Amino acid sequence: MKLRTFKGGIHPPDNKQWTSHKAIEDCPLPDELVVPLSQHIGAPSVACVKVGQHVAKGQEVGSAKGFVSVPVHASTSGEVVAIENRPHPFGTSMPAVVIKPDGEDSWSYDMQFTDPGSLTQDEVIDKVRQAGVVGMGGAAFPAHVKMSPPPEKPIRTLLFNGVECEPYLTSDHRMMLEESERVLQGVALLQYVYGAERVVIGIEANKPDAIALLQKQCADAPVEILPLEVKYPQGAEKQLIAAATGREVPSGGLPMDVGVAVHNISTAAAVTDAVMLSRPLIERVCTVTGSAIKEPKNLRVRVGMPLSHLIEICGGLVEEPGKIILGGPMMGFTQVGFDVPVIRGSSGLLLLREEDVVKSLEGPCIRCARCVQACPMNLLPTTIAAYARRNLVEETEEYCAMDCIECGSCSYVCPASIPLVQSIRHGKAAVIAKKRKALL
Amino acid sequence: MIAAILSLGCIGLIAAVALGFAAKKFAVEVDPRELAAIEVLPGINCGACGFPGCAGYAKAVIAGTADLNQCPPGGAEVVARLSRILGVEAVVAARLVAVVLCQGDNQKAQLKYRYLGLEDCTAAQKIAEGPKTCPGGCLGLASCQRACPFGAIEMTEDGLAVISREKCTGCRICVAVCPRDVIRMTPYESAIHVLCNSHDKGAAVRKYCQVGCIGCHICHKTVPDAYKVEDFLATVVYEQDTEAFEAIAKCPTKCIRDFNEGYPEGSTFLPLKNDKSDAA
Repeated sequence: MKLRTFKGGIHPPDNKQWTSHKAIEDCPLPDELVVPLSQHIGAPSVACVKVGQHVAKGQEVGSAKGFVSVPVHASTSGEVVAIENRPHPFGTSMPAVVIKPDGEDSWSYDMQFTDPGSLTQDEVIDKVRQAGVVGMGGAAFPAHVKMSPPPEKPIRTLLFNGVECEPYLTSDHRMMLEESERVLQGVALLQYVYGAERVVIGIEANKPDAIALLQKQCADAPVEILPLEVKYPQGAEKQLIAAATGREVPSGGLPMDVGVAVHNISTAAAVTDAVMLSRPLIERVCTVTGSAIKEPKNLRVRVGMPLSHLIEICGGLVEEPGKIILGGPMMGFTQVGFDVPVIRGSSGLLLLREEDVVKSLEGPCIRCARCVQACPMNLLPTTIAAYARRNLVEETEEYCAMDCIECGSCSYVCPASIPLVQSIRHGKAAVIAKKRKALL
Repeated sequence: MIAAILSLGCIGLIAAVALGFAAKKFAVEVDPRELAAIEVLPGINCGACGFPGCAGYAKAVIAGTADLNQCPPGGAEVVARLSRILGVEAVVAARLVAVVLCQGDNQKAQLKYRYLGLEDCTAAQKIAEGPKTCPGGCLGLASCQRACPFGAIEMTEDGLAVISREKCTGCRICVAVCPRDVIRMTPYESAIHVLCNSHDKGAAVRKYCQVGCIGCHICHKTVPDAYKVEDFLATVVYEQDTEAFEAIAKCPTKCIRDFNEGYPEGSTFLPLKNDKSDAA
């Protein structure tokens, strides 16, 4: 049977063999946790604790500001030692709450189990918001915003993203294998909120064990498990929608414009914790892998653990890495040091040896159009990049640079090693800056 | 054959008459002074005047809504010629030139990490606030050089932008392009500058740069009028800098430099990289 997929894309070596068979391990607490106040798309939260104050695990330390914002919680119990600017995975210094763990690791309240049947849809959404649940695939968009589509755009298809198309990463794969009940409970809760006609969990065909397990568990449930062709970026929102429903999200539009909502399977598990146990999102599974780490592992980490601590738990470094990436190799954030913390969207930590970092000299474009064929958004990467490099902002926008999902397929296939996606990203920043200027 | 020549000739004739008539009838009247003003202006459309290109500025000057001295690239000469066109007296603004307030190249200033990304300062600045440890130093990725319409900016071998005081017309394009705000406009007459843009404390500056200002106040104590120190960074008070040279020799980190004394000495400049190749 031919597997469903989207048009374009690439086939990078997946390198998942290092961690895909390894069970999730709990990561012990470090001496210090740095919880950034901005871990999501939208307005940063505002610190609501004081230096010297004792906080309990799960206590709110940053309150949400506005609708597109979520609160931030203490990942363990301890003392707030500082509220200051600390290096952030996004590349700049941003305000963070620094917590010195007291070792008790005690929750801020007695665990209360809620019967989800007694909650209304709005109450479920509110619980998700209070728990600070964000999209855990990497972009970290607040989940409660996605869960509140306007009434004129009903959601007919609810899609769950278990694709994990980024090479190296196996955190979602392990989640589906080891915590399928939490995941499926979340799937049911989200289905209750949306009332969708069709519920699909998309999984790439390179995870047959996860597909088989979920198919078995969903035998009686109205949930469809959809194996998808192994291709990058199959797990990108718009590409997953194309593969599962055959519909195309309009340029500049959102999945709800075609009646679809997409959530990561790890987000579904976080929704379960938020609604059933009133537990905030303070931990996640993070794959620590790459050629420069001694013992690659799937770790259950707390938000705010510094990268240096994760490396220590994984047996240390083989050699000084040539590249440190938080997230996957294709779309992750390059880091310059080990002092940044893990945040809610960090699905992996990739450490590559110097010799594995490909550096080739850029040559002229030979018009082979491989980037055009690879682009999953049907754009002309070579043209947009050329305009972006010349700072021709209007032309960059005209060629739909804003529709670029920055998947990096174009740079990957380019035989001339032209930094295509890097240039396009630069051009997008210029377009956004120009729009902002026009608003003022 | 003859029919073809005749018919085509007729068509040509009719078209010529129609076009000639249209040219007379629908001619747009342009103030001849405006055309003269466009001729006078440099024609590089840099936008430093705040109008849409040289033609836009010419129109505004003739309409009387813009001053004559708003064209920095044109300088005194354009002001004089514009004033002749309009028949008014010339008021010349002081000439300003751009200066890169940094001399910490890759040899003298410490790097935080090895940058492998796009050759563009704005792109580099987004990764952990730039590859240089110094928060204000020149990143040396030549964004200003590529933006300069006059070829006034050169890059040294060790990654530092240096602006030619003679070639700079004061259009400020480089000032707008630089993500680190290290390029400043200074009076052409003042050739002495404190070449540092770091507001960090002296001890921190010492750690990452051999030639950074450590805020020691020696220059201010030597010539109190010509220097001021704010937030651990000395700057020249350009209005009263006649005695500024006296402090040059006393600066412990040698970050006060006189551009008339052959700055930057001994540097090799790289040829301008042509970034206009076909695709990227």
